[in-house]
Amino acid sequence: MPPRPLDARALAALAANPGCRRRALLDGAGVDKPALAAALGAPAGYGQSQFAMIRGNSFEAKVKADGGTELLRLVHEKLGRGAEPPRAAHLPDLAAAGPEGRAARTALALREATASGTWTLLDHPMLALEVAGTPAYLEPDAVVVHPDGRWTVVEIKSFPLIDGAADPAKVGAAARQAAVYVLALERVAAKLDGARVGHEALLVCPKDFSNVPAAAAVDIRKQRAVTRRQLDRLARVEDLAAALPDGTSFAPDRTRAQLTEAVEAVGAAYAPDCLAACELAFHCRDRARAAGAVGTLGRQVRGELGTLTTVEAALDAAAGGCPGGPAEDPTAEALHRAARLRAGALAAAGLPADRTEGPGCPS
Amino acid sequence: MSLLTTLARLEAVRAGRARPLATVRHRHLTDRPLVFVPLTTAGEAGAPLGALVGTDRDAPRLLVVPQPRDRDLRWTFLADLAEEVLPYIDAYADHVEPAERTETDPVTGKKAKVATELCLDAPQIVVPSPAGIEYVRLLGRSMRFRRTAEEDPDAPYPAPARVPLLGRWFTHLAERSRMPGSALLLSATGLLSRHWATGQSSLEDQHLGALLAWIAPDPKTGGTGAEQALRAELARDAQGLLLVPPAGPATDPAFDNKLLAPAMARFDAARAADPADPAARSAAEDAVRALVASQLRPTWDAVWRSLDLVRELPPGAHTEQRWTGDRWSYTGHRDRVRAGEPPQPRRDDAVTAARKLGRRETEQVRLDAQEALDDPLVMAARRFAGEAFAGEITEVVMEWTDSKRPSPRPLLAVATEDGPQFDGPAKVYRSLDGRAQTAEHVRTEEDGTVVLRLLDKMGRGREPEPGTVPEKGDQVCWTLFEHEPRSGPRLPEPEDTPWTHGGPPAAGPEATDPVTDEDML
Amino acid sequence: MTTPAPEADGPVADPGAAAARATAGILHDTLHGTARGVVVDSPPGAGKSTLVVTAARELAAAGRRLMIVAQTNAQVDDLVLRLADKDPELPVGRLHSSDGDAYDKALLDLPAVTLSAKAADLAPLPVVISTAAKWAHTQVDGAWEHAIVDEAYQMRSDALLAVAGLFERALFVGDPGQLDPFSVVGAEQWAGLSHDPSASAVATLLAHNPDLPQHRLPVSWRLPASAAPLVSAAFYPYTPFRSGTGPADRRLSYAAASDGSGPDRVLDEAAEAGWGLLELPARHAPRTDPEAVRAVALVVRRALDRGAVAVSEQSPDPVPLTAARIAVGTAHRDQAAAVRAALAGLGVTGVTVDTANRLQGREYDLTVVLHPLSGRPDATAFHLETGRLCVLASRHRHACIVVARAGIPDLLDEHPSTDPVQLGAAVKFPDGWEANHAVLAHLSEHRVPWRP
Repeated sequence: MPPRPLDARALAALAANPGCRRRALLDGAGVDKPALAAALGAPAGYGQSQFAMIRGNSFEAKVKADGGTELLRLVHEKLGRGAEPPRAAHLPDLAAAGPEGRAARTALALREATASGTWTLLDHPMLALEVAGTPAYLEPDAVVVHPDGRWTVVEIKSFPLIDGAADPAKVGAAARQAAVYVLALERVAAKLDGARVGHEALLVCPKDFSNVPAAAAVDIRKQRAVTRRQLDRLARVEDLAAALPDGTSFAPDRTRAQLTEAVEAVGAAYAPDCLAACELAFHCRDRARAAGAVGTLGRQVRGELGTLTTVEAALDAAAGGCPGGPAEDPTAEALHRAARLRAGALAAAGLPADRTEGPGCPS
Repeated sequence: MSLLTTLARLEAVRAGRARPLATVRHRHLTDRPLVFVPLTTAGEAGAPLGALVGTDRDAPRLLVVPQPRDRDLRWTFLADLAEEVLPYIDAYADHVEPAERTETDPVTGKKAKVATELCLDAPQIVVPSPAGIEYVRLLGRSMRFRRTAEEDPDAPYPAPARVPLLGRWFTHLAERSRMPGSALLLSATGLLSRHWATGQSSLEDQHLGALLAWIAPDPKTGGTGAEQALRAELARDAQGLLLVPPAGPATDPAFDNKLLAPAMARFDAARAADPADPAARSAAEDAVRALVASQLRPTWDAVWRSLDLVRELPPGAHTEQRWTGDRWSYTGHRDRVRAGEPPQPRRDDAVTAARKLGRRETEQVRLDAQEALDDPLVMAARRFAGEAFAGEITEVVMEWTDSKRPSPRPLLAVATEDGPQFDGPAKVYRSLDGRAQTAEHVRTEEDGTVVLRLLDKMGRGREPEPGTVPEKGDQVCWTLFEHEPRSGPRLPEPEDTPWTHGGPPAAGPEATDPVTDEDML
Repeated sequence: MTTPAPEADGPVADPGAAAARATAGILHDTLHGTARGVVVDSPPGAGKSTLVVTAARELAAAGRRLMIVAQTNAQVDDLVLRLADKDPELPVGRLHSSDGDAYDKALLDLPAVTLSAKAADLAPLPVVISTAAKWAHTQVDGAWEHAIVDEAYQMRSDALLAVAGLFERALFVGDPGQLDPFSVVGAEQWAGLSHDPSASAVATLLAHNPDLPQHRLPVSWRLPASAAPLVSAAFYPYTPFRSGTGPADRRLSYAAASDGSGPDRVLDEAAEAGWGLLELPARHAPRTDPEAVRAVALVVRRALDRGAVAVSEQSPDPVPLTAARIAVGTAHRDQAAAVRAALAGLGVTGVTVDTANRLQGREYDLTVVLHPLSGRPDATAFHLETGRLCVLASRHRHACIVVARAGIPDLLDEHPSTDPVQLGAAVKFPDGWEANHAVLAHLSEHRVPWRP
């Protein structure tokens, strides 16, 4: 099976649960997770509405219309820092064969634009970034080269900017994606004199309820620091893979049992927020629920329960624990106290108690 | 989140069914709520796709935009929505009672009572989820700065009459919904998850179908609540469509791609047909309507079932008082509309923002106190946290003040297993006929017995009035928190905004949203 | 006639001279400048209270009616006592709430201090001091000519809005590295607005008045030479400061030799290096981790038992390190309660045990910190908050010992960073995640592993 190339969205999503070794391995190895999840019988319910796709494409086309005049105007307005306003946009041709060729062409265009000292718009450039030993090819919406040699990453999104504010979760995702591009650009810029990558990306969105582009500068220094560290950690994917039993394969044509075993060979760190960020999450949730892991109720619940990591253990502690059980666990004591208070309140209100039997102690 | 809530979730996992988080209903429900289930077009801000709306669960009004890219069709939708919602909102405007309001004289700063009127009841709109509340806010924002032909005869694309007014009301309701404990605009998932704990995460509780399955699994379907919730969340038919459509406003992408997009394309083709074929057009429109209705109806029914479930709980004693706050809020906005005030500004000025934040913080403290006083299960969480304690009075020693006319200051010993967290000299409170009676913490004995001195509400005489001092053997619950919150800082009027906050805001109403050919899509 | 502004540029070798020059610049702008406000950033132990007292006396001497705004009653009382100590003759009004007992009874003994719950009674006095909350309910005719707003970074923007009408001009003083103010209800709808009511008073002030003179106190007199570089780099990356004392000026030693246990070894390390990390084996633990709590208590007990003595620039003779000069810092109240119980169990009394929130602005010789992330299965925004760690790591004059379970760097690396981003809201630096990494990297050089 050909590996699924990593894109910026996938790289940025690594930050969603960096503690998950399963995800690090599967993503780092380029396993097709949607296919794997479907073969495991727990397909992700993702998919994009064609309405959203059409809208996204038409908005991007509008932003870049007229040779990028409007886009450059926005870059100048928000991040120009007093540079002369762009008159004619320079739009280099970035066409080349294959991602490697396009990445080389982009690097060349960046070099020329930086040397020329003129406003230049790179429409869908191609950037290479080595991730876990293999190159990932990334395609930002646009990169603008300022006359002073600064490079700005442009993210064009179709969620609206209403009265200057936008959905913070979506802006956060865009910032993490932009941070990946900035990291890739920094490797190119490091080899060029006078080039530097701006730590503010330009987010371009529809203004209010119209189709008119509006822009906001987004400081991505935090996201860049986190992503850089996570990418460095991904280099350890080989170590993870080395720990797998020989012959482990995630090919979707294997049986469900074989695949389950293969997936189980590397540990997951499931949390409910995975559901929105990883195609394998429903499978991991099934397993975590079957194991009675308290983490299925949320990170906060897990944090509260300390050493009590299963529902059964927590409820046994709430019921008063077993004689000779682990002594002096403040969480167990607290749960027991909470259970007594809860039982008293339910009884006072005439509601049925939660459960009457005691803990499942070994006899 | 209290460990008691965590415990309830754990119990729900084991039971395969939701467990109570409350023993009473903590939100006021009116006799005649309006349910509003909206759907939006993917990728379009404020381009509605359709809605079910109404006060009769058996006869909702279906509103559909057969082609959301068509401005005229969108405005027809909004006009129809206004026609449905505004009469409901207005119906409460003229039934009033005399009331008093405290006003601060701007010159002297003195507070004075002013006679005014208060609407006897208020509208209550229920949407499926918090995302629905956000959508009401978004629609409010998209409508309130429009201008009708009547208001601006030169406007190139005038909005239908009453649409801007609906925008102002939606904005008001959405803003009010941020007030803790308010009930003018509620979400079904918010109501349910306030009163029940499921065996899943709060993230998954956002799915109305799954949440309902945990709380009230359908006996006909079989299986536990947990199993039914999983099915509601994930099960798809042979076409790959979700069996339980999402509660919106976002649609299932599979529905969009497999059914809705082709139906809209057929509608576009029928509209563009030359010569025109009204029958074909109408048939194509009906097909889109039927599809949208198929996605809305399960959610509509689920919202009403949610209301049934919550209504079964007896109302908490203080819900009525908080509803009075909602009635004031409604009456106040009614007055602003009647006075011809401009629509709410796009962003709050410094004073307005600070006032809102201060009021919400005060209301949050009030809500926390009232819910605890109304509900032993909520009070249990406060006791667990050391913010309240309950126990038996084991001793009462009468003492008096040293003054010329001595007042009673009895000492009470309270035996409690709770561990109240006293932090320095502290006062505690108990509810005495709905009013807070104050005591001060004197000491805590080695065995946990708390010794208190009762300070007030015992009458004017030397001997306390009967029933005002607890007796030996009484069970009493004391709180370390006050029952009525203190109000926040006194803020200047907006026109007196100081230099530290940019000075007074610009006067006058805000500009309307420019409407251009490129408006929306 | 105007006094020329003192030169504020160029390095000064002597910390005392550097601090004096900064103070002179601040006083010049406050007394003779034209701007309505002056902002002073003060890192931990940089002499903020001294500055407030000095500025108050100079303003009073110049005949400017002055009001002082502090955030808590304890801070207000502390300022009144300090003012009276420096200038027993200066008439000072202490405005207190009508609850009656909300002030330190020690103020009753000060002849020049007048106490009242009514601002009008005190208005004629040259200096009136109260909390922001009390000032917010105050109405008087005629504004004060000048105000000093203390702990301005811990004051919320809406609290400043409530009092700013009372004064013409103001000196704002505070520590930007400590805990930010917070709100018990959501305030996201105003994020990114220049007047976000939940932001700090200074953030709003500077957003509307970007040209106000901004100063900073460049020298920490509290933090030893071993601590200032780390605290400065980790928490004040763009406004560095240094210690007022050199490595030889402070010394911590013990009468009794080490018994070789973990607590004794970490005490030795801390005496030597100013920092010590007592690392327990990695394990997910309850918040009131009994082993960690006991370890904290044991470290305190051993410091007292071994007869610790401190030498500093304040006294060339060794001063016994008493319980009153030791503090234990935790993230949560229940942890503080557990440590108190453990200390009582070991017969230790008189040691301050409190959460970061309550330790703000306080100073000790030795601090023992239960690391906020110790034993947790994951980090949260609360535990990562930069200010929390900054407060805990900057209370000491001699040494700081951190007790933690192993594995915190992994915990930090595994922290999901999916924070929402509010457009227009200033990005706060340093990030708690980065600051935690920086502190841990430094602490790991002073690590004492111990299996209790």
